[in-house]
Amino acid sequence: MLTYVIRRILATIPVMAVVALFVFSLLYIAPGDPAAVIAGDQATPDDVARIRASLGLDRPFLVRFGEWSWQILHGDLGTSIFTNLPVAAMIAQRIEPTLSLMAVTLAFAVLVAVPIGVVAAWQADTLTDRAIMGFAVLGFSVPVFVIGYVLAYVFALQLDWLPVQGYTPFAEGVAPWIENLILPALALGCVYIALIARTTRAAMLEVLQQDYIRTARAKGIGQAGLLFVHALKNAAVPIVTVIGIGMALLIGGAVVTETVFAIPGIGRLTVDAILRRDYPVIQGVVLLFSFVYVVVNLVVDLTYTVLDPRIRY
Amino acid sequence: MDRRAFLKTAAGALAASNGFAAPAISQRAGARALRLVPFADLASLDPVWSGDYMSRNAGLLVWDTLYGVDAQLKPQRQMVESEEVSADGLAWTFRLRAGLKFHDGEPVLAKDAVASINRWAVREPMGGMIKAIENELVAVDDRTFRWVLKRPYPRMLLALGKLSPVNCFVMPARVAATDPFKQINEYIGSGPMRFVRDEWVPGSRAVFERFAAYVPRQEPASWLAGGKRIISDRVEWMIMPEPSTAAAALQSGEVDWLEYAHIDLVPVLQKNRNVVTDLRDPLGDVGMLSLNQLHPPFSDVRARRAILAAMSQDGFMHALTADDKMWKPMPSYFTPGTPLYTEEGSEILKTPRKLDTAKRLLAESGYAGEPVTCMAAQNLAMHKALGDVTVDLLQRLGVKVDFAATDWGTIVARRGQKAPPGQGGWHMYIISLSGADTTDPTTRMIRTNGDVASNGWSKSAEVEAEIASWYDAKTLEEEKAAARRLNRAAFDQVVYAPLGTLLRHKAYRNNVSGIVQGPLPFFWGVSKTA
Repeated sequence: MLTYVIRRILATIPVMAVVALFVFSLLYIAPGDPAAVIAGDQATPDDVARIRASLGLDRPFLVRFGEWSWQILHGDLGTSIFTNLPVAAMIAQRIEPTLSLMAVTLAFAVLVAVPIGVVAAWQADTLTDRAIMGFAVLGFSVPVFVIGYVLAYVFALQLDWLPVQGYTPFAEGVAPWIENLILPALALGCVYIALIARTTRAAMLEVLQQDYIRTARAKGIGQAGLLFVHALKNAAVPIVTVIGIGMALLIGGAVVTETVFAIPGIGRLTVDAILRRDYPVIQGVVLLFSFVYVVVNLVVDLTYTVLDPRIRY
Repeated sequence: MDRRAFLKTAAGALAASNGFAAPAISQRAGARALRLVPFADLASLDPVWSGDYMSRNAGLLVWDTLYGVDAQLKPQRQMVESEEVSADGLAWTFRLRAGLKFHDGEPVLAKDAVASINRWAVREPMGGMIKAIENELVAVDDRTFRWVLKRPYPRMLLALGKLSPVNCFVMPARVAATDPFKQINEYIGSGPMRFVRDEWVPGSRAVFERFAAYVPRQEPASWLAGGKRIISDRVEWMIMPEPSTAAAALQSGEVDWLEYAHIDLVPVLQKNRNVVTDLRDPLGDVGMLSLNQLHPPFSDVRARRAILAAMSQDGFMHALTADDKMWKPMPSYFTPGTPLYTEEGSEILKTPRKLDTAKRLLAESGYAGEPVTCMAAQNLAMHKALGDVTVDLLQRLGVKVDFAATDWGTIVARRGQKAPPGQGGWHMYIISLSGADTTDPTTRMIRTNGDVASNGWSKSAEVEAEIASWYDAKTLEEEKAAARRLNRAAFDQVVYAPLGTLLRHKAYRNNVSGIVQGPLPFFWGVSKTA
């Protein structure tokens, strides 16, 4: 097991190296020029060229990539072209809101989606099942920003229960922290709930057909215990997998949710950086996202061994 | 159940944990923090290095200027107490006001002004013009500096007090010594507000605090001129890229002021009794269609004239607003309602559109059905709408259109490409400027100096001659006469196609007062009651 973990962690290094090369190359060939954005509408071509030179953007690809890679190897993500702030500091400013949003969304989605998925499987082909699956299809189909605006209109503007926008750090109190996250987590969670609920239902339907479930029933185990202890544990592997895969969905959804609710997270940092062509920030954020995704996949794989003793690494 | 009650209930289960800490920002802010949603993000705080409007707007809070234009577009003394110009117009002697201080407590000295001018002049065209005729620029004593020229420069005060970026901000000499093509690292200002760097979250929030030692002028404030008296202790810029979110935040009282209220949301805001909507800027925003004059078909003036003959500004403006009170026709290269505005030579735009004439002109230019690349930024609503109308216009003319609807970051890079349109270049693109930037010939968009012209490399000796005559004009009447000739020459050459002036709303809570109409949010004199 330990060997496997170490092997997987070491395997992230070439993955990250490929991601780094890919991102750098993509930005190099992508249209756009931060020097032209900085110079403004009234600048001369000479102004733009001098800014480009001062930023080192006129140097050959290999020189720039070599320099950036060397920085990365020393733990330095570089400095934003525009804000003149270290990329690591900008990410540090933004990581808490995004992690908070993802954590609250994940908790909310799992707490809602797994039980309703189990109930849907238990009540398969009944009105309850169809209602739950109908909700799941709706949640998956309606764009996050539409849900976000509807929630903000109802709960913030009409009822005045929750704020429209913003983020309050956890250190400033649990109540203001969660107050700002409820609506974004609800909006972002809808898609996630739909995904997990449908997977839970499918996995549970398969498990509920198994002989050991019939045996458990014959032994007189109660319905709740049967569903949530015996059946759910055996159906957990695909559910955990989809939760892990769904992290990518959450990262993508966070970009939209953070925009709609004006949350200063990594998603908005990424979009702003792309629109300005702030290369060091884009590269830093993509590397971070890639690392998070690799780690999440590793955690999911390790979770399998806990959920299913037959799986050994 | 209102929000407070709801939160009390919801937090009930958790309330035993020694109570919740109030948000630190709220504690600091109190009722006297003024929260503005600006039209864009503050990406850089060096207003000389960056030609961005937002850097300029932040710069105007943090740094003061030697002169500043007022609402009548006249430059007035700001940090300068007095100036003397020699009889031959060659030697300017400026004396700074007493008691001016930087945010680190150091006095503002003439050497700081000199260093600031030197850095600014590298990045600003008028500064560059003065530098080209400079004999010397020296500090005479702590409060006096002298600028001696080889020939008179009548626009000196406008150059030092102009509204459009890049402005001549006065920084400490050591900061102003920074290469103008590199960013400064110290934000030690000379203006009425101090930048709170440790609360800056780019893309989300920028905070400014009142600088108690700032000495405002005694005159009433008027745009960049007069007494810049800051009433609020703090000004917070809350960056919200989504107009709907910003409008909702204003309605719920989470912010106090929207620099722009999205045109579709104005009716909603007007129904809210706690919100006031008003015209943001009487000068509006000017739409332009820039034409690449290096390559066919627009290298031929007849093709450019075909665009003017075929277009109607109301078609462009109605794509942006259905309210005829919210746009102005602009058969001119100067902003309507300003001293130099003239319609001289603009008959082609004032008469009904003539598609047949336009098609004939296009054919005479040699156009034979090649694809015409039209660029418009999709991430800017105004540009996208104007781009869509342009495509329709071209199609009516029988032009095969390659519509490059992309983002502004791509356009600003591609517009610098001189390559033929099929090889990474372009034919035309949509741009908009603040109407305050097109009030006189200092805008680069009207320049026709060929290789260095930022507007499609247009080239016209006649236009350049009239621009030069405006710079040399000594009276307003001479300026107006030059502007009339320039306008005629610019329309004759079709330097670019003016698409009209769009007016926009701003919105603010009714407990905020003192907000004036203008091209940027002026915070002096603005107060907020609890």
